[in-house]
Amino acid sequence: MQLARVIGTVVATRKDPRLEGKKLLVCRPVNPQGEDLEGYVVAVDTVSAGFREKVLVVQGSSARMASGCQDTPVDAAIVGIVDDVSTD
Amino acid sequence: MYLGKVIGRVVSSAKNEALEGRKLLLVRRTGDGRTVVAVDAVGAGAGETVYVCRGREASFPFSPAPVPTDATIVAIVDNINDYR
Repeated sequence: MQLARVIGTVVATRKDPRLEGKKLLVCRPVNPQGEDLEGYVVAVDTVSAGFREKVLVVQGSSARMASGCQDTPVDAAIVGIVDDVSTD
Repeated sequence: MYLGKVIGRVVSSAKNEALEGRKLLLVRRTGDGRTVVAVDAVGAGAGETVYVCRGREASFPFSPAPVPTDATIVAIVDNINDYR
């Protein structure tokens, strides 16, 4: 899983019926210190994340194992809102 | 699968219910130095070298529970023998 920050939303009216009601958020990967990394991913939100929140993004077919994403055409899902990252 | 070192942990209280009760550890990949968040399946701790499984198979250690993870610590490495 990747640490990321929510930087935007995506609106899509015409979409697969199994994506209806799902919130799509643009996320930018960040390092443990919270600094931005390259790239972005559009992920389906399963935890009601908000703008600028640090989140956990799971990618690939594992994303479908998140509650609410079974049998949906999803390969990236937000599965947690990060409270704290502690490094040793 | 790849090797990495546990460098910290991640706390998340609002998470997908399928992740409830799972320990999330910060792992630095050996080689490229990238940091990933992995679910712990073996009780790994800080500073340990671990073996990480990625992709869909990462959820198999928790089977039959469906755990949404694409990186799971599946072994703690005791030592590595490099015969080059």
